[in-house]
Amino acid sequence: MKILFYYVIFPGFLFTAAVGMLASWIDRKVTARIHWRVGPPLLQPLYDFIKLLSKEIIIPKGAARWTFLLSPVFGMAAIVLVSTMLWLAMLEPDNAFSGDLIVILYLLVIPSIAVIVGGFASKNPLASLGASREMKLIMAYELPFILAVFTPVIKADYAIRMGELLSFQLDNGIIFLRYPSCIIAFIVAIMCMQAKLTLVPFDAPEAETEIMAGAYIEYSGAPLGIYKLTRMMMLFTVPMFLVITFMGGIIFEGWHILWGILKYVALLVIIILIRNTSPRVRIDQAVKFFWKYMTVLAIVGVCLAFLGR
Amino acid sequence: MGIKLNALTKSLWVFHLAASPCNNCDIEILDALTPRHDIERFGMLLVGSIKHADIILVTGYVNKKSVIRLKRLYDQAPKPCLVVAVGGCACTGGMFRDGYYYAGPVDKVVPVDAYIPGCPPQPEALIDAVVKVINKLKGK
Repeated sequence: MKILFYYVIFPGFLFTAAVGMLASWIDRKVTARIHWRVGPPLLQPLYDFIKLLSKEIIIPKGAARWTFLLSPVFGMAAIVLVSTMLWLAMLEPDNAFSGDLIVILYLLVIPSIAVIVGGFASKNPLASLGASREMKLIMAYELPFILAVFTPVIKADYAIRMGELLSFQLDNGIIFLRYPSCIIAFIVAIMCMQAKLTLVPFDAPEAETEIMAGAYIEYSGAPLGIYKLTRMMMLFTVPMFLVITFMGGIIFEGWHILWGILKYVALLVIIILIRNTSPRVRIDQAVKFFWKYMTVLAIVGVCLAFLGR
Repeated sequence: MGIKLNALTKSLWVFHLAASPCNNCDIEILDALTPRHDIERFGMLLVGSIKHADIILVTGYVNKKSVIRLKRLYDQAPKPCLVVAVGGCACTGGMFRDGYYYAGPVDKVVPVDAYIPGCPPQPEALIDAVVKVINKLKGK
């Protein structure tokens, strides 16, 4: 019963959806202000979601019906689980199981895999193209992302539990300000986060000017709404993951809560700034960027961490 | 007014269907998205896929080749979906109405909810038409 409450209401579905919608509104509003526009009203993500729920669902002829309809649900379920685990790690640091960091790393890939599966299931050439690009992007960013996340783990005496990582940072200060290796890893992780959220410059999988909406092209109504909601939740959850691993998480007492929220907002601002100041790169350029520079940088970070820097 | 209708009128996603236009209307549609007229403040977005659309903006004079596409795209759009005919060509055929390749104005092919005359119509006229469509949805 308590687990159900955690999953559906407080750190889980409802909370993540609400904060994710807020984050997505901030993203759209700030983008609009950068363009010198007015931007959408506060409840815009909610309106979009309700509207999409009430629209007709069209399943393309020849598509794999159940795969097509279920893949958005799997993606959302995974991201809700990630959010629940992250917040429980912060609320009850001793309660988590060993190795939850690895589980979260796995679960964070599932929304992208859901997009790939849905895109291939929808029997549309543009959707397949978008899905294959998404797949290439995953292969590009996943290795540097994991290496970057394991740098603070090495620094925190091989703490593979989120709770240990948090308590280490509680005793020793924010990890990425302390060690040069963690600064390098943090930069790599921010770049990988941008690709994980498939935002500009790494939004080739859904480039609207060349392949319309990529994997989402055949989706309409409620499944599209769930995809959009998953994207909004990821905009909240993935930066939150970095806040825990690199920036010490949120401590729930007095002013520390505000300081924790500020950490998340800082990451969100970085995401929005990168998104609004760079052009879209081609998929080969993205792969080259991650494999040639980011992976090397991440390996340098790991080596420095092993050398005690 | 139901919550569904309220949400629909506040988040109309626009699909841009060019049925062989001369591109003047299309540029004016894009103009409505620019900072000066910013229609995103009403929750409108230009979407690339017909499956995401709530309003179809049809521009251009519908000829025998594009009429097939127009019908097919209208059938593919998830309902409720509205159609707006943008520009003189889409409304009446304009100066091409006697052409041998002309296949009738848009409202002969699909039901049209709002007409925007003009060659090309100004972005203000486009916003005005959207207000009319919203009022029609609300049943005023």
